[in-house]
Amino acid sequence: MIEPQETPVLDAKGVSKSFGAVLALRDASLRVRKGEIVALMGANGAGKSTFVKILTGVLRPDTGHVRIKGRDSQVGSPAEARRSGVVPVYQEPSLIPDLDVADNLRLGNTRAEPFRHWVAELGIPDLRMDDMIGRLPLATLRILDLARALAAEPDVLLLDEMTAALPTDLVERVLRVIRQQADAGRSVIYISHRFTEIAALCDNATVLRDGVTVGSVPIAPGIEERIVEMMLGADLSHTNAAPLSVKSRPSDLPRLRLRGIGAGPRLTDVSFDLHKGEVLGVVALEGQGQDELFDVLAGNLRATAGTVEIDGRPASFRHPADAIVAGLTFVPGNRSQALLMPRSVRENIALPLVAELRKWGIISKRDEDARVSAAIERLQIDTRAQGEVRRLSGGNQQKVTIARWVAKGVQTLLLFDPTRGIDIRTKRQIYTLVRDLANKGAAVLFYTSELAEVRLACDRAVVIFNGRVVAMVEAADADEPTLLRAAYGLTEKAPV
Amino acid sequence: MTRFLANNGWTLGLAGLLAMLLVATKMIQPEFGVSGLDSLGRASLPFALATLGMAVVVIAGGIDLSFASMMAVCSVTAALLMEGASDGTSALVVLAVLALGAAMGAINGTLIVVTRVPDIVVTLAMLFVWQGTALLILNAPGGAAAPWLRSLIVGGVALPGVSPALTEWLPKSLVFLLACLCAIWLPIRRSKLGLMFYAIGSDASAAFRSGVPVGRTKIAAYAVTGLFAALGGLSVTMSTGIGEPIPGPYLLAAVAAVVLGGVVLGGGRGGLLGPILAVFVLRLVRMDLTLMSVDPNVTTIVEGSIMVVVVMLGGVLATRGRRT
Repeated sequence: MIEPQETPVLDAKGVSKSFGAVLALRDASLRVRKGEIVALMGANGAGKSTFVKILTGVLRPDTGHVRIKGRDSQVGSPAEARRSGVVPVYQEPSLIPDLDVADNLRLGNTRAEPFRHWVAELGIPDLRMDDMIGRLPLATLRILDLARALAAEPDVLLLDEMTAALPTDLVERVLRVIRQQADAGRSVIYISHRFTEIAALCDNATVLRDGVTVGSVPIAPGIEERIVEMMLGADLSHTNAAPLSVKSRPSDLPRLRLRGIGAGPRLTDVSFDLHKGEVLGVVALEGQGQDELFDVLAGNLRATAGTVEIDGRPASFRHPADAIVAGLTFVPGNRSQALLMPRSVRENIALPLVAELRKWGIISKRDEDARVSAAIERLQIDTRAQGEVRRLSGGNQQKVTIARWVAKGVQTLLLFDPTRGIDIRTKRQIYTLVRDLANKGAAVLFYTSELAEVRLACDRAVVIFNGRVVAMVEAADADEPTLLRAAYGLTEKAPV
Repeated sequence: MTRFLANNGWTLGLAGLLAMLLVATKMIQPEFGVSGLDSLGRASLPFALATLGMAVVVIAGGIDLSFASMMAVCSVTAALLMEGASDGTSALVVLAVLALGAAMGAINGTLIVVTRVPDIVVTLAMLFVWQGTALLILNAPGGAAAPWLRSLIVGGVALPGVSPALTEWLPKSLVFLLACLCAIWLPIRRSKLGLMFYAIGSDASAAFRSGVPVGRTKIAAYAVTGLFAALGGLSVTMSTGIGEPIPGPYLLAAVAAVVLGGVVLGGGRGGLLGPILAVFVLRLVRMDLTLMSVDPNVTTIVEGSIMVVVVMLGGVLATRGRRT
């Protein structure tokens, strides 16, 4: 087995990184020995992606060091990281869409022979070297990325959500190949949201929370509970998990009824009802299909399966305008997509009102002003920077994106992570505002990456894992361990 | 075979269109022949070189609005230095002007990479800088071109020992153009540098993750574009015999030919053969309209309309390509 004194193949210590005022990593460390498969784990926002970027040379750390095979390495670029033996497969494909397979190999100095061997081994038998990358399906691209990494004969293979977009048969092949690699003495850093894979594959798990490595544990049966505790922190670890329950709703017609919605490779089968006056939370780890779900409801993406009913009538959206006409209002997570940054707060809030002009003829300017002022006051938007929305703080910008719908009145509000990166006071104001809208009869769908918010802002929450609804949790039961377990696909009845 | 057609369909279509236009020209003007081809080749040469240069930088995901001004700087520098110079000196002048063009392009590229200001803004600003520079060097058309240089692009090809009837129909200007193409682009296309141009134009962040030095590659692409600007400027001086400090109408013509030639604005797709064919298509359309004695004002309207339609077609194809 592994000698304890052996020099680790990769040893990162005290790594920190901040972006402006945001401290993404405070004290991250990771130690990977020869032939070891280490799972790198952490809840959303724990700093995993930043850590991965530092390990692979995309970002430079502010402090700390990354030592590879005992040597201090200043990995300043992905190319340098590769040369020192750390080869990543990122979440997004890193193949060039407009070049064919052979040219992509030349670009990365990959030899064709081992690459072909690995492609066949991984289960893509009919690949042609002159296939254009842009025409290949996503699952194939992930396999090609992996085959390219394997062909480089890495000391440390870093796999970020490698299996996320793969069908089951390919997942099995991939896991088998990774195991063989470790047996042959290579080390693997494995990042995944799937506990079953981690339990089957990994030797150890290193857990990040709020930018700090909080510990490293060997994988053994029943360790999931311990890892969930580590991800959440000590203060929450003793909360007892209540069983998941679905309370029956009043039998009135739901405002929005989804049945078996699927779109793209990630969203496969989502069903739920959203009632008037209700705030329904959506909880999911990154990339479980929630983006596609909101895109479908906003009319940006067409569902390939399932039905959407609004007030009992079937609906299909070909264009965002269809969704807006049907009363669905989407507030994107990215504020810059929702606002006219160089225009004034007033104009931004009035925009949805003005957009109706065509339909309703002349709108009373006084009425508009009154509604805008009311909205600003309600939200306590700091109007010192009234000139331009882009000068507002992130929290105030987010308030503007919601305020405009308060001014206009809204039937169904789709909020995608509205509180990401804003301070606690503003968050509270947003919860209150959302509740007010619901009390006035609006139906609100509220995706959040912060599990603690579900209790504060929602009536109940659907948990989506792997493109499916895996749990429906009432707010009273929605403590963080319960939600996180469900979000990792760990249900009480099926322990791994 | 179907793959070959799918990958080269646009180029083949353009070749067909060009052949049809040549036949149409012969029908409109039956005496169109050797001398017609020669003058067509010579008139098209600066446009063709401008198009090649623009195509390189567009493939790499950029654009260079200062192209025509760089051509002007190179044209006046060459004409000024060659006035009264010996053949040997003028050869050195040619080399110096080529280096000057590459350097100007590298300056454009470096500014874009270092300041992170959008390429369209940087090169628009540099358009004025290079324009002023050209006028400082020579404030009115003047200077001279070495006779040996002029003879490179005038008349048909004559090979010793081969009957002139076999070769005279092939304009020297066309041979010169293809020589430039082969000398500069072929080695790049076959090397990793060419792949990197396509890579950063196709998806800069994927290229970065694949280990491509994105910044340096972009500067290199702008330098190659500058090199073509130098050749374009030289070709102006070669065909007119003087230096021309006011930039010609090459910028928009080049962009239009690039798009018509199947290079997608936004980068990553297309080659250089298509744009060359597109240049001749656009020049022939103009020539045919002139031959049919269409009002010159109408001619420009037709030319403009073709450009609009072409750029729109390119845009539509680009968005359709993105979605699939």
